[in-house]
Parts: sequence; structure tokens; C-alpha cells
Amino acid sequence: MTATKAPSEPTQQPAVRRPGDRIFAGTAKASGILILLVLAGVAAFLIGEAIPALVAPAEDIPGGEGLAAYIAPLILGTLLGAVLALLVATPLAVGIALYVTYYAPRRIAAAMGYVIDLLAAIPSVVYGFWGLAVLAPALRPFHQWAADTLGFIPFFAGPASTTGRTMFTVGLVLAVMILPIISAISREVFSQAPALHREAALALGATRWEMIRMAVLPYGKSGVIAGAMLGLGRALGETMAVAIVLSGGAGATLTLISNSNPSTIASNIALRFPEATGIDVNTLIASGLVLFVITLGVNMLARWVVNRRADFSGAN
Amino acid sequence: MAKRIEVSDLNIYYGNFRAVEGVNISIEPRSITALIGPSGCGKSTFLRSLNRMHEVLPGARVEGKVVMDGQDLYGADVDPVDVRRQIGMVFQRPNPFPTMSIYDNVIAGNRLNNKRMKKSETDDLVEKSLMGANLWNEVKDRLDRPGSGLSGGQQQRLCIARAIAVEPDVLLMDEPCSALDPISTLAIEDLMTELKERFTIVIVTHNMQQAARVSESTGFFNLNGVGQPGRLIEFNPTEKIFSNPDEKATEDYISGRFG
Repeated sequence: MTATKAPSEPTQQPAVRRPGDRIFAGTAKASGILILLVLAGVAAFLIGEAIPALVAPAEDIPGGEGLAAYIAPLILGTLLGAVLALLVATPLAVGIALYVTYYAPRRIAAAMGYVIDLLAAIPSVVYGFWGLAVLAPALRPFHQWAADTLGFIPFFAGPASTTGRTMFTVGLVLAVMILPIISAISREVFSQAPALHREAALALGATRWEMIRMAVLPYGKSGVIAGAMLGLGRALGETMAVAIVLSGGAGATLTLISNSNPSTIASNIALRFPEATGIDVNTLIASGLVLFVITLGVNMLARWVVNRRADFSGAN
Repeated sequence: MAKRIEVSDLNIYYGNFRAVEGVNISIEPRSITALIGPSGCGKSTFLRSLNRMHEVLPGARVEGKVVMDGQDLYGADVDPVDVRRQIGMVFQRPNPFPTMSIYDNVIAGNRLNNKRMKKSETDDLVEKSLMGANLWNEVKDRLDRPGSGLSGGQQQRLCIARAIAVEPDVLLMDEPCSALDPISTLAIEDLMTELKERFTIVIVTHNMQQAARVSESTGFFNLNGVGQPGRLIEFNPTEKIFSNPDEKATEDYISGRFG
């Protein structure tokens, strides 16, 4: 009897689990599920509240031309500001990250790291007032110059704004706000570029810049992309700074420097929500749903890029 | 091509710590010089000081002279980048660039030196260098594949191909076989014997049989204790080191009676 039972016994016996392990596994699992529940709850709320606007007749929607016509300029405005911010911030952030990791003397590097991280700690309303009070007036001459000399490009079509409260200024404010995210992640991946490959480049007679090009940038490329996507996510959702700086509300225009700017989804919600009633509220929530989907898409893209990196990083 | 290196009264420091002390050595061209000794005795540091790679670590500096065919490698107007273009290096762990193909790995150094090469020239160079590293037949059908897909021994030979593609005067090897199996090790050793016809080779190894098999001269490094600088105890023809060394410490080390 014992002989027939013996071979199967070890597999049937459950692994011994200590209480500490069980408690930790339980709390970890609960935290993960909680996040999913919160996310699902937000999504359910957005969808539920947006449905009345989705099914409402076109003339009931603010503007009178239906939901798509209402949201489209907002999407354009959101993307314009965020992409401009990304285009300005990414090269700057990569430069900062390279300087901090490979050029700056150690003490300066550490200090600079803190200062850049501090940018992330400034409340966005402060950025808004800075943009309104300092940056917008300072950029007025540039607006005029851009309209005069680059006016043939749709993005710089005149007439130039006299206040500076334009999509261009918003883009720059957002760029400063997302700089710390992108540079922090870039710094991290650059500093992890394997010494093995950096030494390989140096031993071939590479200068420091050539070493960075051969061994650091290829290694850190996908990390920089992921950081940029996270920054883009923040720029898409930024509310206060945009609401304060931008004189928006005009229809869909591509120009970055004139007084007629489309608003962004988030700032439009913040500005209109206090006075909205009935179907207006549902419309604003529907626009919020669109922002939710866009941001989710950007984050998934970032995640996909990061995961893809595992395949060609040469982990062996 | 294949130059002599004269080292006189070399002290190597990391910050205030003296890592290596008072090395005098003459490394012959077209021969293999092996450096042996216990861990932490400074032999790798000394090897890296020959092409100024130790300067990668902050605070590293040297006193004394390293002269290669009359050219002072530590002269005031000498750029370490130029030194490394003349003195190539192969590392302990194979380190082909993972984001580059085999082809691009081989010519990585040449791309640095002169940016414009005709495709036919680079093709020839890649074939010649891979032939020189005894790797051509194994990889000629997959030159566009990543170098990290090769076996460890193949990767190390790829690194040797990359190092010799720039036609250096001297080739430094820092324990090139310690991460490899015996068969790959044999392949690298055969390769070294071929390469010494064209290059001056200096190899650091923990494997005393390897030093005895491949090298003409052997230097034994040792240190008196932790925190003490490493010093060159004995430098002699390999046969003499392994049969009748001048120093008692050398004999103790190679016969395993060390410490």
C-alpha cells in the first residue's frame, strides 16, 4: 500500500507557505485588483454619463452642430499643445540627461538632478501664472517675427497675437512641465548603459561623444521613447496651466501664434464645468471620455515600446 | 605595426591609493607577453594603463613612463583617444555591440577613424578581419545578424576581429578566455599564436597553463597584503618562469603553494 502511494505523494502535498508570505501575497494582489476596480469605475462613470450626450440630437449639444463638431477642435487643441511640448522637451531632456550622466562633474551632476526633479514639484497653477505673467509677454516679439517671416507655414499663419496667450506659449509651458519626467527616465536608462559596451567603444578609440553614440544612445533609445510618451500623457491631461495661459475657444485652427486658438479638452472642462447644466454636463464628460481614451492609448503605446526593448537589448 | 613598449618606473594611482608600484618592463614586438598573479595584484590595472583605459575611472593617474617605439604615451600633448586607436583591447567578457550586426561590429572602429569608406572596401575589411579572427567560415552567411546571437567563444573572436580591423600596433587582452569553455579557449589560443606574427600581444590570465602554452615572456605580479600596491615581482622568459624562476614567490605561486 505504501509503495503505490509513495510516488504520487510529493506532488499532491501543497507547498508549505509561511503566514508572512500569505499576507504579503494577499495585500499585493488586493492592491493590484483595487487599481483595476478604480480604473473600471472611472471608465464606467465616464461612459454612463457620456451616453446622454452621445444619443442627444445635434442641436441640443453646445454649438448646435453635434458632439463630433464640438469635440473635434478640442482634440486638435489638445494634440497641438501636447505634441509641441513633446518636440521642444524631448531633445532638451535627452541633452540634460546626457550631460548629467556623462559630462558633468559628479557634484554638479547630483545637484542638477535634484534641480530638474524639483521642476516636477512645482504646482501647475504656478506654471500657469508664470506662463501668463512672464512667458506670454516675453514671447510677443517672437510671435510677431514668426508671423512676418514664417507666415507661409500653416502653424505660423498670422495675424500674430498681441497678448502672447497662444498655443505656442502653452506648448512651451507644457514643455517645461514635462521636462523632469523625460529627463529623469532618460537619465536612468543612460546611466544603465553597460560599462562593458562603453569600454568596448572607448577601447576602439572613440571620443566621449562617439562612445555615447555607439553604446549609450542605441541602448537608451526605447527608454527615451517611453519617457517621452509618459510626458506626452501628462501634457495631454494638463488642465490648470493651459486654462490660465490660453485664450482659447475658437474653432479648429492649426496656427500656433494667433489669438484664435482651439481650447484643450481638459482646460475646456475646467472652465465650463462650474456653469454647465443638463446636457452640457454630459457633453463635457463625453469629451473627458475621449481624453481618457487618448491618454490610455498613449500609455499603452509607451508600455509596448518598453516591452519591445527586451527583444533587442542583447540581454545575454 | 607591432611595436615595442618600454615601461619605466610606472606607478599607477586611483585617487590617493597607489594600486601598482615601480613597474619596469620591456614588451617585445611580435611576441606574446603574459601577466600572471593573484586577484587584486594590479595586473589588469597595469594592462589598462598601457592604452590609458584605466583613466575611464575618475581619479586615475600614473607616474613614470610608457614609451612605444619612442612615443611617450603619457606625453602632455598625447590624446588618450589616439593611444587607444593604436593599442587595441579585448576584454574578459565578450562585448560586441548588441544593437549592431556582426558586419557593423567588425567595422565599428574603422567607422570612427574615417567615416567615408566604399562598400567594397568595407566588405573586404570585414572578410579579412573575420578571417584573421578565424570566424569567417562560421558567420559569413549571417553578417547582418546581431553579434549577440553568437556563442560566447564566437563573440570573443568577433571582438578580436573588431580590434584587429583597425590595424593596431599592440593588442591587449584582459583574461580573454576566462568566460569561455575549453574548446573556445583553444580556438582563441590558436588565434593568438597566429596574430603574434603581426601584432605585439599582452595578455592577462589566471590560467597558468595558458600562459605557459602561448607566451614568450611572463611577468608575475604580487602584493604584500590588502591595501598594499601591487608590484612586478619577476619578468623573464616563460620557460624560465615555469621551470627555474629567480624569485621564491614566483615559484610558490606557480606551484600552488601561494599564501
